[in-house]
Order: sequence, then C-alpha cells, then structure tokens
Amino acid sequence: MAGPMRIRAASNGTETEVKVLMSHEMETGQRKDPSGALIPAHHITELTATHNGRVVLSGQFGPAVSKNPYLQFRFKGGAKGDKVTVSWVDNKGDKRSDEVVVS
Amino acid sequence: MKSRKYAVCLGVSALALMVPTLPALADATSDGIAHYRELLAEGNPAELWEMRGEELWREARGPKKATLEQCDLGQGAGVVKGAFVTLPRYFADTKRVQDLESRLLTCMETLQGIPAAEVAATPFGKGEQENIEALVAWISAESRGMQFNVPTSHPEEKRMYEVGKRAFHFRGGPHDFGCVTCHGDDGKRIRLQDLPNLTQPADAARGFGAWPAYRVSSGELWSMQRRLNDCFRQQRFPYPLYGSDVTIALSTYLGVTANGAGESIAPAIKR
Amino acid sequence: MKMTIRNSALMAVTVAALGGCAGGNMGTAQQAAYDRDTADVMARSFRAQGIATLDRLQQDPLMATCSAPDRHLGDEQAEQIQAAAMAGIKWPSDGNFLGDWKEGEKLAQSGKGLTWKDKADGANGGNCYNCHRISKTEISYGTIGPSLYQYGKLHGNTEKTQKYVWAKIWNPNATMACSNMPRFGHSGILDEKQIRHIVALLLDPKSPVNAE
Repeated sequence: MAGPMRIRAASNGTETEVKVLMSHEMETGQRKDPSGALIPAHHITELTATHNGRVVLSGQFGPAVSKNPYLQFRFKGGAKGDKVTVSWVDNKGDKRSDEVVVS
Repeated sequence: MKSRKYAVCLGVSALALMVPTLPALADATSDGIAHYRELLAEGNPAELWEMRGEELWREARGPKKATLEQCDLGQGAGVVKGAFVTLPRYFADTKRVQDLESRLLTCMETLQGIPAAEVAATPFGKGEQENIEALVAWISAESRGMQFNVPTSHPEEKRMYEVGKRAFHFRGGPHDFGCVTCHGDDGKRIRLQDLPNLTQPADAARGFGAWPAYRVSSGELWSMQRRLNDCFRQQRFPYPLYGSDVTIALSTYLGVTANGAGESIAPAIKR
Repeated sequence: MKMTIRNSALMAVTVAALGGCAGGNMGTAQQAAYDRDTADVMARSFRAQGIATLDRLQQDPLMATCSAPDRHLGDEQAEQIQAAAMAGIKWPSDGNFLGDWKEGEKLAQSGKGLTWKDKADGANGGNCYNCHRISKTEISYGTIGPSLYQYGKLHGNTEKTQKYVWAKIWNPNATMACSNMPRFGHSGILDEKQIRHIVALLLDPKSPVNAE
C-alpha cells in the first residue's frame, strides 16, 4: 500500500523543519512467511525532498529502515507559503510524491 | 550540508534501535524502553491511518453508495469530536451497549449497506476490517486530550459494567488466567513490559486510553477489539467474537474505571 | 490508606450480614442476577478456534471461587482449598525430583503452547520468566511472581524443599489458595519429566540460579 505521505513543514523565519511519515511496507527480504518461503524485499531506495523545486535533501533508504518510516530534517531558508515536496522510489520501481505548503 | 542533515536523522533512528539492548540492569532497560517510546511517539505512523479514516468517513461507499457522515456515535448524527471518550454506551436504535467498533458495524450496515456480520467475520487488517482500523484511528484522535466520561446512567450500561467487572476477574482455560492475572496489581511487569493495574482509575486511563494504537513490532494499527482479542489468545481462551458482548462489557468496565482519571492519548504508539 | 481500611471493614460487615457474598452495598439478588448475566455473556461471546475449544470456559469449583471480584477468602476456606490441592498432587513416579537444569532453563524461557495458534503436539513452555526473576543473566524477567534467584542457595536442596517446589509447580494452590500461577501439573501443561527439569533449575547447586 503506497498511501499518501503525511508531511508537515514549519518555518521559524530562518529555518524550516520538515516532518514526513511515509506509508510503506519496507520489507527487508530477510523474513519468511508462515510456510517458510522468503518474503521478497520491498523497500524505498531513494528519497528526495525539494523546496520550491530545489533539492534540499536526498538520501538512500534500505532494508534497515522500519515499516512506515518517519523522517525529520531542517533546512536553511524557506518561508510560509513555500512548497516542500517529498518523493520516493522503491526497489520495485513504485514511486510516490506528496507536497505540502510551509506554515 | 545536505548529507550531514541526513546523517543526523539516521543517527537518531539507529540510537532508537539500539537502546533496548544496551543497559545491563533491568531498571535501566525499562528506562531505555521508555526513552525509545518517546523517540517513537514523535512520528507515530497512526497518523497515516487517521488520514485514511477521515477520508473513509466522508466517502460514499457500499451498496447504498453512502458516507458515514450521518453515523450517530452517541453525540448525535455526524458528531465525531468527543464521541470516543464516551464509548461504550447504550444506543436506543440497536437496544444494546456498543463500543466504537460495534457501533461502526451498525452504521456501515444501516447507512452503507455493508453487512455487519461479514465485516465481523473478516480477519484483522484485511478488507473492511482495515477500513475500520483507519476509522477508529481518526475517530479516537478527534477526542485526543479529553477525559474519559463513559456513561453508567442507563440500566444496560450499569449491567455491562458489572458484567465487565466479572469477566475481567474470570479465570479459566488451561492456565487459569484472567485479565486480572496480569492487570490486577500495581507496578507489575511481564518480562520487561510494564502492566497497568486496570482495576485502578489512573492506570485504567493510561491503559484503556492508549488504544487504538500503532504497534511498531508488527506495523499495524490495533483497535481495542484486536487488543482484547490478543489478550484472550494469551490467556489461552477460545476466540472472542468480534464486537461480542464480553469485549464490550470489558471496555465498559475499563472505560468507567478510567472516568475522570486521565486524558485519551489514542491512537498511541506501542512497541 | 484510610480508604482501604474502611473498605475492608465494610467488606467484613457485608460478609457477615450476607453470608459470604462479597461486594459493596448491592443486594444479593442483584449480585446473583449480574452473575447470571455474566455467565450468559461468556457463553455467547466465544467460538472454538484450533485447539482452544469452548470447554476451556468451564470453570472448576476452585477457579469459580477464585474469580469473584473483591474476593476475600477466610483462613478456613483458604486452608480447605490448599488441603484439597495438596491431596491431589501426583508425586514423581520414581521418587526423583531433580532433572536437568539446562532443560529447565529452556522451559523457563519458553512461553509457547496451548493458545489457539498452537498445535496440539504439547511442546508447552513453562512461561516462568514472564513472571519471575530466575537466573542472574536473564534480565528480561517479569515481576508478577517473586524473584527465584538463588532459590536453592537460600532454601537448601533438601527433600523438603524439593517437595515444596514440586507441589508449587504441580498445583500452586496447595500452598497459596487462588495463586496467580497456573497449575502446571494438575492441568497437564507440563509433564513429570519437564517439572523435574524446572525443579532442578531452581535447586541444583550447579544451576546458574544458585551458582552465580
């Protein structure tokens, strides 16, 4: 289930704090189902956050990150009304992008 | 700069994962787990269910293509705020005391035409049960910070409280376990897990008031119905029917005991 | 504190007046009606799942007594329960109380068995660490029961202690009426061999419970 992300972005005038909750299985590829068969890996591999189109964070995710990951970060700048976009791509090629207005 | 910020985030996550294994002493381990929970609470994924629940409430669904916006949770048709902390309660239309989940079954059947019996028989986390989990996350969140005020004025409510109290103390199965075995004394622990004394108001508010909750270990959102179901499993009891009177009676007993003794923090986050 | 004293005083009066019916100021008829409602609710709220069949809700007289809310057992009643439980204990068939403490530790760690998800093969654990501190190295222990760390060192590995521990595991109501602990032997959760192993875990001088 790749449901929408929950994103919050708040500016204090000099910095913007972004909190992101992602909806993702983040299956490690190490676990077995009740019949003993390996459950295939399914996890986010790349994550990008942009502020008004400019990349402010990019990262690589892997199987060590929990199901339904939470990410919090700050970047310099940003003002109320700006747009912050968070996007991810997973190892099956699924992708998701959600946007929030800075408060 | 960018990579440094990211490293900080990962640092926090890694610390959170390590905390439970670090301390050598049990008390320090308990404290470590409490700290781990604090770190988790910041980004409680239950919010993902809340978002979906709010959408589901307003979405026209089922054979009757209707929303749940006319559902009466006890505060009048469509009133969600404050409903959670006054449930279970007696409903005149069904002539029975209902908790949040069983009331949602009623609304889904009468308003949307989704058969309640089928939903009740669906495994947790699947199909319409998944939708109920989202709905209870949102509905409970709408009462966050409010005191429990579960009514006992109707004779049926009083009866369910008394039945719940007895069911709580009912010991059976091969192990002679009952709810009271783990939740009848102050300051006890099973392994490292702190156990609330659910016969006492403050602990009942803390214990009952935490469900529905997101469970980190399974990545699932558990309603009170599911919480009670797993308690009965561990008690080695037979399988409690979804929305059955024993589950509603227990919630009534816990909710009434919690009245005025603490705020609802549901949907909370659990290990 | 004041509250507790007043409540128990009230309870004593009620017990005297109503001949054993526990609980506040509600009439016996009302209490009995709620008891019947509870029995009805229990009977219609469950279904069998796997090995967890509905007969598990049938209480024996002991559990029916122990399930009363606000239960207050008098000395005499407690002694009767304990004597009856003691009389029903099956002692080891070969007279040997001590097994292998290493096997006992495995059983103490395991909380498996007898839920509706489990198979009927009887590979049941003892659930001991869920409630008791036992060895020094296992820090993940519960506190519902007392600490058993150094039990043998403190009480001695004598025949008297061995019998006491055996009885406690077979049916804890033999020494404490309405104990929270399961009747591992009486209810067939553990067999004689498994109970020997757990007795050894607690009493064998070489067991980490006593050696460390």
